[in-house]
Amino acid sequence: MQQIFNFIIRNSNRLLFLLLLGISLALTIQSHSFHKSRMISSANFISGGVYEKINNVNEYLNLRTENDELVLENARLKSLLFNKEDTTKAPMIDSIKGVKPADIIVSKVIHNTYSTHENYLTLNSGSKEGVKQDMGVINSLGIIGIVDNTSPNYSTVISILNMKSQINAKLKKSNHFGSLTWDGKSTGIVQLTDVPRLASVRKGDTIVTGGQSVIFPENINIGVIDKYFIDTKTTFYTINVKLFNDMTNLGHVYIIKSKGREELINLENKNKEKDE
Amino acid sequence: MNSALLVNIFRFIMLLAIQIVIFNNMNFLGYISPFPYILYIILYPVNSNRSGLIISSFLLGISMDMFCNSGGIHAAACVILAYYRPYIFKFSFGLSYEYQTIKLNESLTPERFSFILVSVLLHHIVLFVLEAFQFKFIWDILLRTLFSSVFTILISIIIIYLIKPNKR
Repeated sequence: MQQIFNFIIRNSNRLLFLLLLGISLALTIQSHSFHKSRMISSANFISGGVYEKINNVNEYLNLRTENDELVLENARLKSLLFNKEDTTKAPMIDSIKGVKPADIIVSKVIHNTYSTHENYLTLNSGSKEGVKQDMGVINSLGIIGIVDNTSPNYSTVISILNMKSQINAKLKKSNHFGSLTWDGKSTGIVQLTDVPRLASVRKGDTIVTGGQSVIFPENINIGVIDKYFIDTKTTFYTINVKLFNDMTNLGHVYIIKSKGREELINLENKNKEKDE
Repeated sequence: MNSALLVNIFRFIMLLAIQIVIFNNMNFLGYISPFPYILYIILYPVNSNRSGLIISSFLLGISMDMFCNSGGIHAAACVILAYYRPYIFKFSFGLSYEYQTIKLNESLTPERFSFILVSVLLHHIVLFVLEAFQFKFIWDILLRTLFSSVFTILISIIIIYLIKPNKR
């Protein structure tokens, strides 16, 4: 017994070091595995609060670009409004509900990283406003990411510039779909993989979200094709997609609350239970 | 004795704040992101409590992780740097460093520079290896370590001599 105590006292520093190193490595490994709620994230009131204060200052510096974006969006909406095809026809109220079964929460990016391989955003709305894990985040130009963690007032988002993120996407004109990933190199370009060779791919084609995911509604803009090549191993296309969004400069975003989501997830879970 | 503790707490908070507000937003060319917050570990008094250093470094790293959404990579890198600091002292200042009173914030001698260099390199290599976690990115890791280290060292030396206590 005496010897055990002596050993502990003699090696207290080493044991302390190993303990703390173990904790931090465990946290690191846990954070690298996909879709586990991380214990340490910036969706808490200390770091969220600090980031909100910093963002209040930064916002003034970006007012001009934010305004430009709003003006553009306004112009687009106005043109939609004025160019309605047939104004005498009674508006079809039903179709609006049917086409977009989604609610939208307006939120603001208060912290943004884009320099690492696994990038996260912090938003200033959380579970109080109804934000939940796995909701999609977009802005007027295109998709941004998927909600990861939430606290009462803040939430973190896995950006599309994160090597863990995988989003279902398709070619706008032909419905061939693939999964959208990032290779960790450029902040303006993401990769669309596993597109079958049957698809006719041309430079400049638009890529939009596919209907297979329960996270994003269909047909939300992502980017245009920049370059494409055939993977020699799998004979699928790998397409470099140039994003519409400048991921290094984000302001207001919309969080999408998909209405059919819970029903769909329940249904899929039932199927899984049957298989087991 | 107490004033040293106060100075350390003050340094801890100030360096963390500066890191989060200013240096975390720096990202030249996608490669260079300096981390001068590790000055806390570098400037920690030489002969004071070692377990205190290890624990406070862990706290420093875990708070950085909280702000960067990075799991535990800063904590791991800081703890490793804190634990191996005496060995780096031995490497840079020779065997008998414990009997000298080393003050880092005086004129920049080769020994002091080599101490800062080795510490920063150790911290950054651990940090970027844990961040990428795959050997696919070995060149990326080396480039980031190299560029970021240069900038961290530059900024650290500037900070050390900016806040040098006045002797007059």
